[in-house]
Amino acid sequence: MAKRSAPEVNAGSMADIAFLLLIFFLVTTTIEVDSGISSKLPPDIPPPDVKIKQKNIFTVELNKDNEMLVEDELMKIKDLKAAAIKFIDNGGGENAAKEKCNYCEGLKDPASSDHPEKAIISITHSRATDYETFIVVYDQLVSAYSVLRERLAKKLYNRSFKEMEASYDDSKSPEFKSEKLKEKISNIKAKYPRIISKAEPK
Amino acid sequence: MSKFKKGGGKELPAISTASLPDIVFMLLFFFMVATVMRDSSLKIKNNLPSAAETEKLGQKNLIMFIYAGKPSDQYKSQGEEAKIQLNDKFANLNEIASFVAAERASKREAEIPQLIAALKVDKETNMGLVSDIEQQLRKVGQLKINYTTKKGSGLK
Repeated sequence: MAKRSAPEVNAGSMADIAFLLLIFFLVTTTIEVDSGISSKLPPDIPPPDVKIKQKNIFTVELNKDNEMLVEDELMKIKDLKAAAIKFIDNGGGENAAKEKCNYCEGLKDPASSDHPEKAIISITHSRATDYETFIVVYDQLVSAYSVLRERLAKKLYNRSFKEMEASYDDSKSPEFKSEKLKEKISNIKAKYPRIISKAEPK
Repeated sequence: MSKFKKGGGKELPAISTASLPDIVFMLLFFFMVATVMRDSSLKIKNNLPSAAETEKLGQKNLIMFIYAGKPSDQYKSQGEEAKIQLNDKFANLNEIASFVAAERASKREAEIPQLIAALKVDKETNMGLVSDIEQQLRKVGQLKINYTTKKGSGLK
């Protein structure tokens, strides 16, 4: 008897089916953005009446034409980071506990901020300022703090602050949720606390 | 008669397309893994700004999204002004409080302090609207917020 070979299944339309599925997924899904700048709003209670010296406040003002005034002078956004670092890291005086800033590398100018723990950055903006401008400025200020924290981490623990935070959160690293590392991270955060205040628009 | 025949006789073999499905499937799986289903359709323009100092947002279920921006082309009838979108529809400022309350009610007690409000705001929105939203969030005590941005440098 003659042997009959099984007929081959035609797979020519497989590509069409796959394309159909592919296009369906392309249309119905989005690549979600899941990163951003974290921030904390102040609680809705009247602020305590504390006297803050003018020299401890670094004012950043954004006007309706998206121009930036730093300490009442016009400044380009690319120069903001350096100016903020200079202000925070000045260390010209003492903190609340009457200690001098021994880790600051600033100019120690008595007319600028006393201590990183006291240095406040205040952003004011008009109602007509673009959101994008605000984000760029806010990003620059946050990154000024990151630069300082990074520098301090290198000096104290000889490792990068970003890497320390990452290995604290990474379940695969040996230092996952380790108490020791947490202490180091909060030590650095306390030495350069991120104090950015956002005033209500005028 | 020449020894070497010129052309004619044999036809060019067809290019095999047998591996085409494999390639397409590979693309398909890539998109299935790298993307997520849209949970609410956006009625506003949502071109996010970019920033360098971004942090990854943690657990997905602990985030509530507040969108804001100008209405997109098919909703031109809503006007040119930037608007807020909560879930699937346009909302007013005073609806934020009830939105936050509803989000909180759907979470466990222990998770409520960890809730983050992610503001997905279009680049061209005025800061006035953003600070109005923030004032509303402050009133209901939702203090943890996040300005959702693309990764990259915003400096021009």
